[in-house]
Amino acid sequence: MKRIITTTVINQSGVLNRVTGLLMKRQFNIESISVGHTEQPGMSKMTFVVNVEDERKIEQLLKQLQKQIDVIKVNDITDKAMVMRELALVKVATIPAVRSEIYSIVEPFRATVIDMSKSATTFQVTGDPEKIEAFIDLMKPYGIKELTRTGVSAFVRENQKVPTNHVSIL
Amino acid sequence: MEVNVKAKESTNKEQTRSGADVLIQSLKKQGVDIIFGYPGGAVLPIYDALYKNPIRHVLARHEQGAIHAAEGYARVSGKTGVVIATSGPGATNLVTGIADAMLDSLPLVVFTGQVASSVIGTDAFQEADIIGITQPITKHNYQVKNVEDLPRIVKEAFYIASTGRPGPVLVDIPKDISTQMFLSVTDENEGIHLPGYQPTKNPNYLQIQKAIKVISNSKKPLILGGAGILTAKATRELKEFVERHQIPITNTLLGLGGIDGDHPLFLGMAGMHGTYTANTAICDCDVLINIGARFDDRLTGNLAHFAPNAKVVHIDIDPAEIGKNVPTAVPIVADAKEALRELLDQSFDSPDTVDWLTSLNVNKKEYALRYKADKEKGILPQQAVELIHRLTNGDAVVTTDVGQHQMWTAQYYRFNNPHNWVTSGGLGTMGFGFPAAIGAQLAKPHERVVAVVGDAGFQMTLQELSLLQEFRLPVKVVILNNQSLGMVRQWQQTFYEERYSQSLVHVQPDFVKLAQAYEIQGYKVETMEEAEKVFAEAFSTNEPALIDCRVVQLENVYPMVAPGKGLNEMIGVRGE
Repeated sequence: MKRIITTTVINQSGVLNRVTGLLMKRQFNIESISVGHTEQPGMSKMTFVVNVEDERKIEQLLKQLQKQIDVIKVNDITDKAMVMRELALVKVATIPAVRSEIYSIVEPFRATVIDMSKSATTFQVTGDPEKIEAFIDLMKPYGIKELTRTGVSAFVRENQKVPTNHVSIL
Repeated sequence: MEVNVKAKESTNKEQTRSGADVLIQSLKKQGVDIIFGYPGGAVLPIYDALYKNPIRHVLARHEQGAIHAAEGYARVSGKTGVVIATSGPGATNLVTGIADAMLDSLPLVVFTGQVASSVIGTDAFQEADIIGITQPITKHNYQVKNVEDLPRIVKEAFYIASTGRPGPVLVDIPKDISTQMFLSVTDENEGIHLPGYQPTKNPNYLQIQKAIKVISNSKKPLILGGAGILTAKATRELKEFVERHQIPITNTLLGLGGIDGDHPLFLGMAGMHGTYTANTAICDCDVLINIGARFDDRLTGNLAHFAPNAKVVHIDIDPAEIGKNVPTAVPIVADAKEALRELLDQSFDSPDTVDWLTSLNVNKKEYALRYKADKEKGILPQQAVELIHRLTNGDAVVTTDVGQHQMWTAQYYRFNNPHNWVTSGGLGTMGFGFPAAIGAQLAKPHERVVAVVGDAGFQMTLQELSLLQEFRLPVKVVILNNQSLGMVRQWQQTFYEERYSQSLVHVQPDFVKLAQAYEIQGYKVETMEEAEKVFAEAFSTNEPALIDCRVVQLENVYPMVAPGKGLNEMIGVRGE
């Protein structure tokens, strides 16, 4: 099962290495990882998505992460109400014949064009990973020339009372 | 005016301190009275500072010897072992010892030299990325980037190494940091601020209540005592708890000594070469109280058959150990001493264990550890260990490597006292026992220290005989010499149809002559009569001695739980 883990870490050289090294040592598969500064100076936040077999493994992962001296906080936010975003850059072959067709697909995703040439267009799309997957699937038939994704960044919503279901992909 | 002058003088004095000077001063502040190390290029400034401001330094003959000695020192003294080695090969030679200390939770602070900051990352002479290398095998590690950080890092390193679940901390010091002048005005006595490291010492009250309920209602409770009891210095509390509630107890390999080896409630060691009584008790118990053990695979055997009927209460200072291998009904994150104190403070009904103890006592008699001595065949290793036990009254500090001799020592040397058992459990390091004995003897100069080693493991670190010679350490080295890699050979016999691939060692040095070369009394014994005489003589002096004790080559360690089997499937229960 897929779990979304956020950790607050002291922004020290090697801390990313420590966390990924730990995951490797304990045989966890990282699906995506994103790191950046936070509102607190000297602190960084990591969001990663891992695939684990069962509850016990995830509990073990959280505890092992917590043991790291440079890790301040660890949260498994998968089951919480949260905001989760990822950004992808997708370069699609857009020959004139299909260009407007492609644009009409792109529009509901609120993807933006950030580079263009005679035969290709680069779109930037943001959203949760399912939305990005859907976008990529729709673009595939036209020919994806290049693709890069940032990995998920997430935190929990202020209001936890109303659980949100990620039904819509839009 | 006078005050001003003094202040000025002290600032001048401060300005003349180098990073290396500050390091040595910081070590003194930590109460370090002994360092195990080996100098080299990148630590020249540190050794120069040590020359001017000495701390007792033990120059091992190989960095691995230094770190195993520091481990032995830490194990018996409870203090943090300190190691210094140079960059590159000096540092990489420590890796085995660091990993060993990590798995066996020993407090070490290891200082390694590093090439100058300006050339780090250029593959400079004697450069190795020791931070990267040791990241997965240290509790934490540091590379010092600014000389001003040194006092703080040293303080944190000792704090992290020695608190919570102890472990090794490595501090990598680039050469230029050692030579730079220390100009910081920050208060060196400032407290430690580690927001990401706050080990829980005191148990949760509600969990203790739950544990009490579970224990009170049990009919067949069993305590599994690990090394956590020794680390927490909780042996008195443990004994009181065990006796008050009449609960039988077994130990892990590293937990031996947590309770008197002859205590009537003690069932012997559990695990792969544990006693039949202890292992079947684990299978039959209805409540298993694990105190400071980590359910290692050599203890549990096949998990599917481990304590199938038991509710597990697990007391451990490391929350990550709870539930890692065995599902736990009552998790208690705490220091073993604090948890036991809390359990002793609460008055509750003892479980009725009369029937349970009666049946266990039947097993204890029926399935006691045994061997078949045969005068014609020669000395059995078990006999040699029993002889050592007799000559030292079970009071000696005993160290071992890993393998057959280790298991025989664990089985037959019943420890009367805690903190006397020094062995490489988790990592299973050959070559550990002898240098560890040196560290143990330096920690306890007035106690008898015996290194029980195999002929193969001893040859991995025997260069440290120089230290016995140099310091006249009265360590007694007993080589249980079966001219083979005994445990490997035993497995090849049992699981590989006696194909002894590379496990019989026909060529050996003359160990007596070797001892003599180091000006140490050397003996060789081949019969029990000789052994009785020679051991008695060797153990009566206050000088180092080495005994090449020739033992029966094909003797096996029994009983045994074969790999992949459950604790209920022991073989060799009756000693054959």
